[in-house]
Amino acid sequence: MSAHIRTDYAQSDQLFASRASVIAYAALGVLLVAAPFLIESYYLSQLVFVLIYAIVGVAMNILSGQAGQVSIGHAAFLAIGAYSAAIAQKYGVPLPVYLVLAGAFTGLIGYLVGLPALRLHGIYLAIATLAFAFIVEEVLARWESVTHGNEGLMLAAPNVFGMKLGTNGFYYLCLGVTVVVMLAAINIIRSPTGRAFLAIRDSETAARSMGIDTARYKTSAFAISAAITGVAGVLYAHKLSFISPEMFSLAVSIDFVMIIIIGGVLSLRGAVFGAIFMIMVDPMLIVVKDKLPQITDAAMHGIGLGEPIIASIQAGVLRVVNAPGLKSLIFGLIIILFIIYEPMGLDGRWQRVKAYCKQFPLARQRSARPQRMFLKSERR
Amino acid sequence: MLDFIQQVIGGVALGCVYGLIALGFVLIYKATEVVNFAQGEIMMLGAFLSFTFIATLGLNYWLAFLLCVICMAILGSLMERLVVRPILGYPQFSIVMATIGLGLVIRSLVGIIWGTDDLRIETPFTNGVVKLGGLVIAEDSLSIIVATALLCALLYAFFRFTRVGIAMQATSQNMLAAYYMGIPVKRMFSLIWSLSAIVACCAGILLAPITFIHANLGFLGIKAFPAAVLGGFGSIPGALAGGITIGIVESLSGFYLPEGFKDVAAYVVLLAVLLWRPQGLFGSNAMKKV
Repeated sequence: MSAHIRTDYAQSDQLFASRASVIAYAALGVLLVAAPFLIESYYLSQLVFVLIYAIVGVAMNILSGQAGQVSIGHAAFLAIGAYSAAIAQKYGVPLPVYLVLAGAFTGLIGYLVGLPALRLHGIYLAIATLAFAFIVEEVLARWESVTHGNEGLMLAAPNVFGMKLGTNGFYYLCLGVTVVVMLAAINIIRSPTGRAFLAIRDSETAARSMGIDTARYKTSAFAISAAITGVAGVLYAHKLSFISPEMFSLAVSIDFVMIIIIGGVLSLRGAVFGAIFMIMVDPMLIVVKDKLPQITDAAMHGIGLGEPIIASIQAGVLRVVNAPGLKSLIFGLIIILFIIYEPMGLDGRWQRVKAYCKQFPLARQRSARPQRMFLKSERR
Repeated sequence: MLDFIQQVIGGVALGCVYGLIALGFVLIYKATEVVNFAQGEIMMLGAFLSFTFIATLGLNYWLAFLLCVICMAILGSLMERLVVRPILGYPQFSIVMATIGLGLVIRSLVGIIWGTDDLRIETPFTNGVVKLGGLVIAEDSLSIIVATALLCALLYAFFRFTRVGIAMQATSQNMLAAYYMGIPVKRMFSLIWSLSAIVACCAGILLAPITFIHANLGFLGIKAFPAAVLGGFGSIPGALAGGITIGIVESLSGFYLPEGFKDVAAYVVLLAVLLWRPQGLFGSNAMKKV
């Protein structure tokens, strides 16, 4: 990895690392603002999902990447945000108000869930969040007077101060929220709070001996992460305009963890890369399902196999391609392969490619390996 | 009162299955610091294998049981070799996710190979009942309880009296020290995974007659987490006691409380335990070193 050489404390507080990155981000911003006029509505809709997933990715990054706490129950926070939005809308609360309120409410719940986190770490916390997610899903399904149970809730079109938002308007809303969340996250990370998160991630005991109130920072990491996810939940509910409890299952929580595993846990850029990847999987899968049988058929005829063998292999291919569990098979493989071969995620790869280009003849492979720890550390 | 006892016995039988899955978690966790989220799926794989051997190939129940155990032992060490060993030493978070990925892969492969229908197997205990006073106990449930007790006795003897078992204990107490003493730590890890796959496989085959065999059986593994946490995650008798407690709580709350409580009872107990006594009922509370 290329090392950043800093000669002044002010440099580590800068928003942008260099003039070049200011220009790059400005160009990206212009492109995103112009996007509705450049791409078809299908891609715009996918882009909205990418933005929503990126917001969740930021939330996961703050919790797991920065503060080092594991959650496999984040779908529950998304659900709380989404249901708060649906219910608030029914009572005629304007969108900007319930966007903030849903975030605050989810943050409060996140704070309460984070309370056990004071005493837990590592794997216990993961299990606690899992249990919490199951309980929320069950409550949403059973509390019919408020949530309409498994029938779900419908949402009206998003409405900002009497102005109905169309597809483009909603896209700009999502874009705006994403930018605000990103800026907030960057500011949290370079503030003392963010530095405390890093210290807790690297060693809780060492952080405590440095005078960091680990309990307070762990719960606040939980609360911040939950609040951001809640905001994403509001957008998610509006995007789908219908929500029901089974849309917030364990699989969704795993998707969220995949965002940061695929993107890379170390930077917020990873959250965006991961979000793009996760949203692209579905359309790619449809293409594969369409084309794969034809390709294998052509390939086998090309080799010149006998007709009965081709028929039986083709039946096998069709069975795999049409299996209901194909998506989770691919997801499972992606998780395992990424962790084994690309543990720093897409962002890590991107950094390495950049570093390689910069230090061209001198770049070394070994310098980019993640560190392994063989000491027993998480045992209580 | 009779109802109550009946429910408790049903709960104990189910709880033994949870306990066995939790035992699998604990074995792996103690030795390798890895929590295997795929344990439920491994159990499911065992159940499906038993279906193939018993229903499809028509083998004798006991022979099929033995074959399943051998297959799962091989598969268990294969999983360790392919998925866990390359990432040993990475942050816990990565390893947890890798085992979740492994679980997803197993579940969907099972769906592709065996289909998504509910399957059933016949065992020597099917439809048999034991009457004890006014109590009616299905032989299936009884077989689970007896088999769990037997398995635990075997495991105890294995860890207490065999060289391999003692080497495993040494590995789980201190990996480095065990390595210095000449214990092949990597091979121990493979063996531990085999052992835990065997335990899970037994749970799967025992459970198969009382529920259907289907691709969602693996979710039972998630219910075994409360059992393991209740028992303190590092303690083998704790895992069993925790499993039985969870089984009884679930069975009673299904009987006495309104609908819906049965599904979340285990998790409510889990959160309560984590808040009140995070080290579990049997765990020790040692501070870790930096």
